[in-house]
Amino acid sequence: MRVEHFLRNSVRTFRHKVALVAGETRLTFGDLDGASDRLAAVLADRGVARGDRVVVFMDNCWEAVVAIFAVMKAGAVLCPINPTTKAHKLAWLMDHCRASAMILQDRLAASAKAALAQTRRVKLTIVAGEVGPPGFEDGIRFDDAIAGSTARPPEALAGIDLDLAMLIYTSGSTGLPKGVMITHQNAAASAASVISYLHNTSDDVILNALPISFSYGLYQVLMAAKVGATLVLEKSFVFPQTIFEKMVAERATGIPIVPSIASTILQMKSLRSGAFPHLRYITNAGSALPPSHAERLQALFPEASIYSMYGMTECHRGTWLPPEQLLARPGSVGIAIPNTETCVVDDKGSEVAPGVVGELVIRGAHVMKGYWEDPAATDCGLRPGPYAWEKVLYTGDLFRRDEEGYLYFVARKDDVIKTGAVKVSPKEVENAIYALPGIVEVAVIGVPDPFLGMAIKAVVVVGPNAHLTPRDVIDHCVRNLEDFMVPKFVEFRDGLPKTESGKIRHRQVASEISETQA
Amino acid sequence: MKKWIPTVTAEIQTQVRSLVEDNFLFREDRNSLTDTESLIDAGLIDSTGILELVALLEERFNIEVADADLVPGNFDSIDRIVAYVARVLATAPSAG
Repeated sequence: MRVEHFLRNSVRTFRHKVALVAGETRLTFGDLDGASDRLAAVLADRGVARGDRVVVFMDNCWEAVVAIFAVMKAGAVLCPINPTTKAHKLAWLMDHCRASAMILQDRLAASAKAALAQTRRVKLTIVAGEVGPPGFEDGIRFDDAIAGSTARPPEALAGIDLDLAMLIYTSGSTGLPKGVMITHQNAAASAASVISYLHNTSDDVILNALPISFSYGLYQVLMAAKVGATLVLEKSFVFPQTIFEKMVAERATGIPIVPSIASTILQMKSLRSGAFPHLRYITNAGSALPPSHAERLQALFPEASIYSMYGMTECHRGTWLPPEQLLARPGSVGIAIPNTETCVVDDKGSEVAPGVVGELVIRGAHVMKGYWEDPAATDCGLRPGPYAWEKVLYTGDLFRRDEEGYLYFVARKDDVIKTGAVKVSPKEVENAIYALPGIVEVAVIGVPDPFLGMAIKAVVVVGPNAHLTPRDVIDHCVRNLEDFMVPKFVEFRDGLPKTESGKIRHRQVASEISETQA
Repeated sequence: MKKWIPTVTAEIQTQVRSLVEDNFLFREDRNSLTDTESLIDAGLIDSTGILELVALLEERFNIEVADADLVPGNFDSIDRIVAYVARVLATAPSAG
């Protein structure tokens, strides 16, 4: 099934039911279907063809949800980009995927304009918000695009479910982002599997405050549409009290979180057990829920099933822990999601015994088709599996399993840092810092952090005449990197340990730091 | 050490602005912020940032921020923070 049919099918049964609540805006399934039809027709009319990439550069707003379905209805490939992405990276991404159109929100117009000035490929920009498109060549206002009575685009135009649905960029160890290619089949397989163990139905009200530019948040939109549930979209978890009020007012039955949100919830002094009688489940992903958090969350939400999960953009979801196992298997992220398989293997690809650490390998219809125009990275991520005719996903994550087969995340295999719910390439951060005049050497490493699991730290050597402070380094990063890549800590040193060939020894830097902190 | 707690709104305004500028403004590619601008929309504050901001305000003004007060109406712009702090200081004057 193609992803836009999640919505088209739900409209038949739930036309007048609320599909989306975002701020003051409430859209029914009929509204959402109609608006995305009209936007799809505009995209097609302005030359966006089947298979073309369309960048959606927006935060969690109703227009983004319309855009997601419109892109797919037009047969194009959705390329969601984090709204904190800076202009030069945005331009790089648009060039890399050769985007033919961009849908953005006016708040982000400055970055978008600067990026568009650096890339000549984009033929159409659609701008949501009050201000509209002045300054954008061939720009259209979002409201104008969905206001018309244009006939809906013919379904045959869109394509089949083997076509690409999404291209989602993720950090790679080389420092250059990789575009994860997800077909409609992949997305449908993943959504169906997750829906089956969460027991999602049209009675659900899912409150999502996670960015829909990342897979975890994006799938909340897709899964809600598939089952006919209501999605309550919040921009962030910045004001927990506001989220709690919304949960009560909208009678939220499900809420996806990451460990840093769990920490925030647990810091609320006035929150009492039983405050959310409608809440049926909480899912955690991004990184494993610390066992103490799991216990305290369960005490605070005694009626809710808490699902500890693991995933990555390359397959969206990998594993889930049945909620009744949460307290019995602290730290576990469970077993393969339904209709998929996982195993833990050694360097030769052979399965290891329980308790032995190896790389997690995932097999299933949810596994991506590879990285966009990056055969080397694709060959590394997708390798021959148990059968000669197939390839399976090598996650790059080290795991162990217990005697009953429940999985535990151990570490990353490469030097990619998992911070909060996202991956950060130390190389990408180092490259940005090296662009600051006065920097001689830099090593970016992960350090344990109660909020983020790992926080990013830059260990820097500056030149003799450089008058730099740690804050100058952070300031520079803020201007050049997405928010989640900005180092939380900066330390100045006289020198860094190196190999004989002059390469910086990252592991040594990290272990020296953990020793001094111990 | 006993802290000087401002009571005049103009003083609170100055202190809140410097606190936000010193701790958060450098986190975005911009150099100025109006008193009414949304800190969230400006991308200045995320979920860990808000807890930092609350801790800083609690320390600077010797106040305690209740969970229930943690809403955009109190914290999403410099003007709103100033009004909130002034209100808290007026209703529950600190013992010092």
